[in-house]
Amino acid sequence: MNFSIYDFTSFNRWIDKSLYDSLSPFWAVVVEMTIIGLAILIFYALIGLFLVYAERKVCAFMQNRVGPNRVGPYGFIQTIADFFKLMLKELITIKNADKFLFNLAPFIIIIASFMAIAAIPFAKGLHAIDFDIGILYVIAVSSLGVVGVLLAGWSSNNKYSLIGAMRSGAQIVSYELSVGLSLLTIIILAGTMQFSAIVEGQADGWFIFKGHIPAFIAFIIFLISSTAETNRGPFDLAEAESELTAGYHTEYSGIKFALFFLGEYMNMFIVASIAATVFLGGWMPFHVSGWEGFNHIMDFIPPFIWYLGKTFFVIWVMMWFKWTFPRLRIDQLLTLEWKYLLPINLVNILIMTFIVLMGWHF
Amino acid sequence: MKEVINLPVKNIEEEEYFINMGPQHPSTHGVLRLVISLQGETVQSLKPHCGYIHRGIEKMCEKDTYPQIIHLTDRMDYLSAHINNHAVCLLVEKALEVEVPERVKYIRTIIDELNRIASHQLWWCSFGMDMGGLTCFFYGLRDREKILDIFEESFGSRLLHSYYTPGGLMMDIHLNFQKRVKDFIKYFRKKIKDYDDILTGNIIMQERTKGIGILTKEEAINYGVTGPSGRASGFACDVRKHHPYGVYEKADFNEILGTDGDTFTRYMMRMHEMRESMKIIEQLIDNIPAGDYTAKMKAVLKLPAGEYYQRVEAARGELGVYVVSDGNKTPYRMKFRSPNFSNLGSLDHISRGFKIADLVAIGGSLDYVIPDIDR
Repeated sequence: MNFSIYDFTSFNRWIDKSLYDSLSPFWAVVVEMTIIGLAILIFYALIGLFLVYAERKVCAFMQNRVGPNRVGPYGFIQTIADFFKLMLKELITIKNADKFLFNLAPFIIIIASFMAIAAIPFAKGLHAIDFDIGILYVIAVSSLGVVGVLLAGWSSNNKYSLIGAMRSGAQIVSYELSVGLSLLTIIILAGTMQFSAIVEGQADGWFIFKGHIPAFIAFIIFLISSTAETNRGPFDLAEAESELTAGYHTEYSGIKFALFFLGEYMNMFIVASIAATVFLGGWMPFHVSGWEGFNHIMDFIPPFIWYLGKTFFVIWVMMWFKWTFPRLRIDQLLTLEWKYLLPINLVNILIMTFIVLMGWHF
Repeated sequence: MKEVINLPVKNIEEEEYFINMGPQHPSTHGVLRLVISLQGETVQSLKPHCGYIHRGIEKMCEKDTYPQIIHLTDRMDYLSAHINNHAVCLLVEKALEVEVPERVKYIRTIIDELNRIASHQLWWCSFGMDMGGLTCFFYGLRDREKILDIFEESFGSRLLHSYYTPGGLMMDIHLNFQKRVKDFIKYFRKKIKDYDDILTGNIIMQERTKGIGILTKEEAINYGVTGPSGRASGFACDVRKHHPYGVYEKADFNEILGTDGDTFTRYMMRMHEMRESMKIIEQLIDNIPAGDYTAKMKAVLKLPAGEYYQRVEAARGELGVYVVSDGNKTPYRMKFRSPNFSNLGSLDHISRGFKIADLVAIGGSLDYVIPDIDR
């Protein structure tokens, strides 16, 4: 076996081959799936815990505070303690609520984000499924989350929840368009929807640099609309705490609330990974053509680190938004999408198509 | 829920529905209950239900002596506690025809203005939070802390001071007082620019507040909306300017009037007022005359029989104190004209036709303190 942290392909082949050698094909597939599922689940939980901690620290620094600093070194274990607290809390049953849908809603949100994470390439060869329609799959799956939000609002028997859910429905359905169209701009440039091919295509330069101004505009629009799609500030109208107390998850308690919370952070992680993969080169290192020494040093950093670094940079930008901007109003939110982002996006796609046809991109 | 609200049923046909905002709700800033009739997200009408924190302060005043009443007024609008105290002190001094020393007038004026700044800082915090900008909350509290520290050093309490007594002050100011106040002004002149950067100049904030919740000048006068909220509509109602007390005549400051009367103007009025207050303090702080910190008062204060009224400019508007005395050491009847109660009255009128999110912003810009509404 030839294992390297720069290329996981041979490692994966080795596992695959040794499983098929020792087991029947059916059991080999079962074992393989279990391993991948477990690996993603553990990764998912760790990222969730870390993001909660990161958000608390980032917002603390923006607000002249220290943030969690009591449990463990630099408060690192705080989120784990919080997680156990939420696990042990009573699950309050709501009178006159639709029990089945009420209990189902958090799982739909979690499943949607869990499915989306499977298609994201973390490093070369470190990839659960490499669809040839990877981007379409992620857009389709991540928009399932809105069903969970609507169900939560509908089944809670609470008017605040219902208003929050309706807002969220209008918001996510609108902003899906912008997310899709801004990714389409890059698909035109890349000529493929497969994540691994998109990343490979950025070996000589990230798409945000390759695609001239249209790619940059698409990146900005993607950042805005994906923040809106994940229900994060300044677009957190669905849970607007000063208006609707907690919006669609007002009535949830204990671990079910934690699942909503986790879902929100994982959605943020997913859109940040897509932004990193599609616009910022995924796990590709940063290269400047001509600077051989510099490029060599950049190559030395493992792809996984590159990927995480870019993703967390995008996440940090999203947190920065959240903690400095006031919240929009629902009509302004929809105006922003339908009157500004969507037309800009459509024109942007035309320009990008023109550039690609004329071969003006780098 | 229907039994609790007990509102006419006919509206259901027009697809209106009701929600209860409060008594426990993050943006009512206390235990205020607003019964809102909504169509979609648009506010059709609104009914404020107050009384959840009614403590009967006016009735309690009837069995307390005047120095004791001071302590009760702290608990009304707890964010401008000094100014409430000032109203009662001025009334008692007027009734007894006591001339308080110049030093007391200066100190009272300076501390009133400091209190006004502290109150507006907290308003800015909570307004930012109502708009969804959570970082504002910490910026405002950080700076308010400096004023509270000055208060704490000078007279030992941070929120409910009861520092003024009829005829003077409880004790003299701390030796560091002048220096610390000057330091604070220097510090806050820099920090107030941050406030503008993070909230005032923000395009989202401006879009959300301009043209929202418009109160015209006539309506402001009719509803008795005073203070920064009234002045935003162009109603010249600054008691400090028109019926001066303390040493406001000696200070040079502007009564800033708005024209639009919308949420953004109300916001800007308070931002301007913080700057004006700093201007007043700067003019007075070096000129505090030497002298006694209290006038010579009798042990038992008995107001001559009659009716008395005194008004002051509290942080949220005009605070009036009305006393009917029958010559005893306790008042026969005491009535407070609290600014928040009148300001709240206009809420239904100005928020009709706007969204819930606007209602929260309008409520934030009216800056109500619930214990002052209920007393």
